[in-house]
Amino acid sequence: MKYEAVIGIEMHAELNTKTKIFCGCKTDYGAQVNTQCCPICIGLPGTLPTLNKKVVEYAVRMGLACGCTINKETKHDRKNYFYPDLPKAYQISQYDIPLCENGEISFYVGEDKKTVRIRRIHIEEDAGKLLHDNRFSGTLVDFNRCGIPLIEIVSQPDMHSPEEARAYLEALKAVLECLGICNCRMQEGNIRCDVNVSIRPAGSEQLGNRVEMKNVNTFSGAVRGIEYEIARQIEVVEAGGHIEQETRRWDDDRGESLSMRSKEDAQDYRYFPEPDLVPIRLDDAYVEGIRSSLPELPISKYERYWKENGLTPYEASMLSTDKDKAAFFEACLEKDATLAKQICNWILGDIAKLQNERGCTVQSLGIDPAALCELIVLTQKGTLSSTSAKTVFDEMLSTGKAPGVIVEEKGLAQVNDEQALLGIVEEVLAANAGPVQDYHGGKTNVLGFLVGQCMKRSKGKGNPQLFNKLLAQKLNEQKE
Amino acid sequence: MELYEKMGYELQELIVKKEVSAREVTDSFLSRIDAVEGKVKSFLTLLPDSARAQADEVDALVARGEQLPPLAGLPIAIKDNICTEGVLTTCASKMLYNFVPPYDATVITRMKQSHMPILGKTNLDEFAMGSSCENSAFQKTRNPYDLNRVPGGSSGGSAAAVAAAQAPFAVGSDTGGSIRQPACITGIVGLKPSYGAVSRYGLVAFGSSLDQIGPMTRCVRDNAMLFDLLAGPDEMDSTSARISRKPIAPDLKVDVKGLRIGLPKEFFGEGIDPGVRACIMEAAQQYQRMGAQLVEVELPFAQYALPTYYIVSSAEASSNLARFDGVKYGYRSEHYDGLIDLYFKSRSEGFGPEVRRRIMLGTYVLASGYYDAYYKRAQLMRVKLKQVYDEAFEHCDVMLTPASPTVAFRLGEKESDPLAMYLSDICTVSINMVELPALVLPCGTVEGLPMGMQLIGRKFSEELLYNVAYSFEQATGLGWTCPKL
Repeated sequence: MKYEAVIGIEMHAELNTKTKIFCGCKTDYGAQVNTQCCPICIGLPGTLPTLNKKVVEYAVRMGLACGCTINKETKHDRKNYFYPDLPKAYQISQYDIPLCENGEISFYVGEDKKTVRIRRIHIEEDAGKLLHDNRFSGTLVDFNRCGIPLIEIVSQPDMHSPEEARAYLEALKAVLECLGICNCRMQEGNIRCDVNVSIRPAGSEQLGNRVEMKNVNTFSGAVRGIEYEIARQIEVVEAGGHIEQETRRWDDDRGESLSMRSKEDAQDYRYFPEPDLVPIRLDDAYVEGIRSSLPELPISKYERYWKENGLTPYEASMLSTDKDKAAFFEACLEKDATLAKQICNWILGDIAKLQNERGCTVQSLGIDPAALCELIVLTQKGTLSSTSAKTVFDEMLSTGKAPGVIVEEKGLAQVNDEQALLGIVEEVLAANAGPVQDYHGGKTNVLGFLVGQCMKRSKGKGNPQLFNKLLAQKLNEQKE
Repeated sequence: MELYEKMGYELQELIVKKEVSAREVTDSFLSRIDAVEGKVKSFLTLLPDSARAQADEVDALVARGEQLPPLAGLPIAIKDNICTEGVLTTCASKMLYNFVPPYDATVITRMKQSHMPILGKTNLDEFAMGSSCENSAFQKTRNPYDLNRVPGGSSGGSAAAVAAAQAPFAVGSDTGGSIRQPACITGIVGLKPSYGAVSRYGLVAFGSSLDQIGPMTRCVRDNAMLFDLLAGPDEMDSTSARISRKPIAPDLKVDVKGLRIGLPKEFFGEGIDPGVRACIMEAAQQYQRMGAQLVEVELPFAQYALPTYYIVSSAEASSNLARFDGVKYGYRSEHYDGLIDLYFKSRSEGFGPEVRRRIMLGTYVLASGYYDAYYKRAQLMRVKLKQVYDEAFEHCDVMLTPASPTVAFRLGEKESDPLAMYLSDICTVSINMVELPALVLPCGTVEGLPMGMQLIGRKFSEELLYNVAYSFEQATGLGWTCPKL
């Protein structure tokens, strides 16, 4: 039998506000354990939370970017459970009235547009982190993460393959980045996911029992986990078994999921309205103010790059989902939009390579968009060979001088004068008797080698096409 | 007359006029504590050294001729569920027997800014749950007017300390009557402010939507002075009201002419001791003689206030007290096997029976499957009760009711019957549900024991309540008398 997988995802994204959600503690990552906490975020008796308004603003941004309805009257609720990383023994979250609900996000899987509905987005506080350390023969708690603001983004079960799930996660990440509300550093745990998977016979409309998989902390881990879970469920059903609703834990190192608790053991969180905080009331002006300040979203950029600027879907996707690259690309387009393709080539080619080497953003390289465009034009006009273009680019980076100036100073302009090149061609032919003989013997591919020798002698300035042409002419003359 | 027998406002005048030093005032109360504490047992922690040091600072200010902040040099006692930096805050529970907060409650900060010497931390029913102070894990406080009787609760330690002249000022907390019922049966003045009038920051939470810190004193003027200091917006408490008001104490007025005093008949029915009823009615007559108009008002659904209160307060308590898990501070069981066992044993051993009962009750009413039947309906009833009170206040300006159905009962009398104990709060709990202010002041004696009455006002009408109470106090001369101890 053929099966269809049904996948829903809950994403927890840490918001990058300067201070925590309910107190004034900093949110910097990587600080010494238990140095970014206070009586409030460690839940000492008598302390009270006060809401950081930035958190609401950021969450509303995300909600509006996903086309959600914003609930203008909402509240906080307590989710009660015991765990040592949760010092109040309840998490302040939102239960029946999330800040944002009923939205959707569209993205492309290749050239196909896909839309996943967003059920809700709500705000809540993060818990601390348990550190298991053998030296202390026990477990210690780091409360620095306690009270870091989170949004939980809950999708509808609208995905049907690991690839779609991944594309959805990438799309959410791109929006979070584009809005500037989450650092999106996976290795720092800025984004964490729970994945719900069920299977049903292909063509069926009925939903099967779902399995919730926790601890999915990378997108590739999500793909592996979903693949594993689909295969596991099919195997159970094929063997005549039945899928029970349960919660499993994904172990990415071992590549398998393990049962955590069954439906019967599901915790009763005893949600009730948080009496220590007043209800959240937003007015239209507030929401509209945020709406009007939203930047252009990745999907719109993608379509524009693809359909208006003539990039391939792959190129459009690479640029539109990276906030920094997109910003630089746009800055260059402003100088000369007709160069879109070449600009893209530079950004995804030499510039990306350089970024990788230096581990930095494109902005911090300090490339002047106008200069890059000028460089491209010089190459297009034939003033610069592609080899020299790279030399000029390096010089631009280190000196900040304009490409034209560099070409002038270094005398890098491409020599397109056939008379001037002919001399070099003759020298090379004279100096390479062996290859010339080979050529005449039928090995015509030595031509490339001879062009290379000419380029070398011209210090990269000769036009390689012209060298090619002149060499062929001369060799053929010799033959005759 | 000893200094400790004088009212707070009198002592303030003496200090300002340099007739006595702040140090002498504090010493007088400390020696009174020495003399009677063995009998009354109001305090869990005494802070004589820091109190004297604070008094000395006031004397230094006086010597330099500097302007004194309000209440400077006037000693105060603090209920032991209010956090004090560097000083044990136990909530009278084994669970917090060793808990020393690293921060001050907002009310404590204000007292310190005003240079009030803090004499010590007073006894209470564990986590403020109870009406007799008998639920304390450490000691049973006595009623200074009859040492075989309870001082009420849960702020019984603060009430007894004020009534016994161990302190001219005290603060208590009131979730369902914990300031008013003990004030009533120890013959002092106590205010449960409007919800949001005083910051709750630093008060160890019991029922967060009901809790208020309030002043307990021997006369109305002192009470208003302390309220003026404690009330006001606080950024640390988002439920604190963002309203500013002018001080009440300097402008207290004797004037009730034309005032409509509502007598809600639901407060005078079954369960109220006939002697108490007569005492309150006599006070009402007195107001009438002073020119006020008595109006009978109705509070339908009032009979649901007590069960609604026990659902809401227990639900919130079950969550608020969940943090006491033996992991980070406070009591941890000595022997346990794994995390879950650590939770179970620490909480079973650390909490007393009444606290455990309320946690279980609260957990139950919030459980899925029961939430709609209990917690949700209680919330609806709360909304209804607010309407009921609003409507009643269309016909009157304040309401006058009993604050306790009986005089102080004997130790042990109700200890084994929780339901009888809960009924001690029947006159007070609904006020917390509807967030209104209520003031209790002495209005005579019943069976030779002090008795007080309760004045209930519209939200944030504390000024009117103080004037109405002050008028009665001035006209009748009824009020605190020093107990023979």
